[in-house]
Amino acid sequence: MLQATVTTTLPLTAISFVLGLVLALFVALARISPIRPLSLAARGYISVIRGTPLLVQLFIVFYALPQLNIVIDPFPAAVIAFSLNVGGYAAEVIRAAILSIPKGQWEAAQTIGMGYATTLRRIILPQAARTAVPPLSNTLISLVKDTSLASTILVTELLRVAQLAAAPTFDFFALYGVAAVYYWVICFVLSFGQIRLETRLERYVAK
Amino acid sequence: MTDLLTVRDVEKSFGELQVLRGISFDVPAGSVTAVIGPSGSGKTTMLRTLNALDRADTGVITIGDLTVDFSGEVDRATLTRFRLQSGMVFQNHNLFPHMTVLQNIIEGPVVVQKRPREEAVADARRLLDQVGLAEKADQYPFQLSGGQQQRVGIARALALKPKLMLFDEPTSALDPELVGDVLRVIKDLASDGWTMVVVTHEIRFAQHVADQVLFLDGGVVVESGPPQRVLTEPAEARTRQFLDRILNPI
Repeated sequence: MLQATVTTTLPLTAISFVLGLVLALFVALARISPIRPLSLAARGYISVIRGTPLLVQLFIVFYALPQLNIVIDPFPAAVIAFSLNVGGYAAEVIRAAILSIPKGQWEAAQTIGMGYATTLRRIILPQAARTAVPPLSNTLISLVKDTSLASTILVTELLRVAQLAAAPTFDFFALYGVAAVYYWVICFVLSFGQIRLETRLERYVAK
Repeated sequence: MTDLLTVRDVEKSFGELQVLRGISFDVPAGSVTAVIGPSGSGKTTMLRTLNALDRADTGVITIGDLTVDFSGEVDRATLTRFRLQSGMVFQNHNLFPHMTVLQNIIEGPVVVQKRPREEAVADARRLLDQVGLAEKADQYPFQLSGGQQQRVGIARALALKPKLMLFDEPTSALDPELVGDVLRVIKDLASDGWTMVVVTHEIRFAQHVADQVLFLDGGVVVESGPPQRVLTEPAEARTRQFLDRILNPI
């Protein structure tokens, strides 16, 4: 189980989260954009992702796409589904965080000659991070546990290994119990990281 | 003296509301223009059009050798060049809270103007010295008083070496006891020969530092001239009324 955690559950979580965040940033920017088709598309995407079960999204990527002759292996299929899912949820978090930065910050950046992308990168996102870290940590911790759903599309991640081991022995209690402990330990470590990151981002704020 | 800034027929509306109804004036190089007027007169919007923070709907603005006609399309490169002609100091300083004082000041020179970092840092330290905050370089904005923050804001604007300095009510958000420090810095800049446009409620400051006073009301320049005349013997009834209310509030 340790092996499956290290080789599958953790990479699946990490890759999906990073891809999901990148996607979420663009979706959030599109959602705020004054260009109407862009913001409508972003809204539609967020609505679909949040309005359908993650398990259904996984099944569509892995079981339904092959009907359109798009066949994807279990692990990449899981990455795609989880990234798209994180993208939808995190987009709303990032949007709110960006909007929480006062308009004066955009204006000050403009007066020193910065364009949109530079302002975002140098001025807005570093400040928005402070607001976004707690809710994004929630998203990440949920994702760790949601990766267990990948067992249903044949990804040999932590839960799947526990299942396979339990099937012949009927030792459900011990094996699922151990799996639960593994998930909890990962999340415990992540929560710890969250606190450290928050402290770091608080350094420029009046106490 | 040649004019550093000329403004011709600038108009600006927000939706249905026309805020500027044809503003024209000239600012000679090395002079200080104080802009006064009641709230809602359009003075802040006027100042913001000089930096294209609010883009004029029509009108022509010349700063130094760059003339921009806002009636037509203005491409992005021109707009950026236009913005860098002037430095803007905001009422609420708008410092970047996640950067130290020094980082705030070198951000524009290093990131936008691509000047070497060491040079920008040396410049920034000189500017901090000039505004009396040399020892605050490594502090974050939240560790400073309002007046100190505002002076950092001034240093940040100066760091880009603009031709023109714009101030939007630089002392309105300050505790009364901190106003003097900021006004002194602005006054020093005036004696150093900076060309400045200052939107202000400090009539005494206008009287002592300005070479020209513009009185705005209802989106037009009602009256302009040297402070001795406009502030002490205004020709227009509206100017008189406004000054009377400011100088004798009770």
